[in-house]
Amino acid sequence: MAEGQGKKTGMTTQIHEIYIRATPQAVWDAITTPEWTAKYGYGGLAEYDLRPGGAFKGRTPPHMLSMGMPEVAVDGEVVEADPPRKLVQTYRFLFNEATKGEGFTRLTWEIEPTQAGFCRLTVTHELEGAPIMAAMVGSKFSEMGTGGWSWILSDLKSVLETGKAMGA
Amino acid sequence: MIDDDRVFKALADRTRRFLLDLLFARDGRTLTELESELEMTRFGVMKHLKVLEGAGLIVTRWAGREKLHYLNSVPIRLIHNRWIDKYTERQVSALADLKTGLETQAWQKAKAKKRA
Repeated sequence: MAEGQGKKTGMTTQIHEIYIRATPQAVWDAITTPEWTAKYGYGGLAEYDLRPGGAFKGRTPPHMLSMGMPEVAVDGEVVEADPPRKLVQTYRFLFNEATKGEGFTRLTWEIEPTQAGFCRLTVTHELEGAPIMAAMVGSKFSEMGTGGWSWILSDLKSVLETGKAMGA
Repeated sequence: MIDDDRVFKALADRTRRFLLDLLFARDGRTLTELESELEMTRFGVMKHLKVLEGAGLIVTRWAGREKLHYLNSVPIRLIHNRWIDKYTERQVSALADLKTGLETQAWQKAKAKKRA
């Protein structure tokens, strides 16, 4: 029984891995500070209270407020913060009642230095009970290919390595 | 480090693309599950999975005694950014240049006519 349950969790988990030419500290800052998060992906402003139980808020960037997004688009709680190596947090979309109703998922960011000058960033997203969010963060979110972790992470890489976002 | 060569090589095989499609449809499968979808020996499937893992297209995690395989779409996204966006952008800018060129020509013609 327990094994079957494990399998189910395994199937709803998404793992994304990317290699970035940057220091672990730079990658950590790019994930946890609003100055950086404003520069890639949706440009939301991350606010972390980096201690167990600390609050996490992802504020909607000004250009998306006009699209009817709530002021805080994502919320959650810090479970574990070990800078600049590992961050575990909960994560919930507040876009609408349906995504809010799915509740919190679990997100783990791991930063490991690999060869000289490179880091491997692994994002493990446990999405059990959150099919709407799973579709949004998966790789087939929009026809334009925007959205989802692979889009956000490749943009993060672009910003850290070249100083520019992909679309910029 | 993952380089483009390894990703292209990994994608240049029908069986490996099929394995990625299987994981796209449902992530976190075991070797036994994947093997059941293919007419191939377990060893053959293992070899293909190893190539995919080497290219960063698959990430594996142990859950108890089971090794689960996850699709990592990031390398494909990076290839898209590097190769697809770049060339489609060029098409768009070529069209923009053509438009500017034609309009300038038309404008100069009109100006010449006025003067004449």
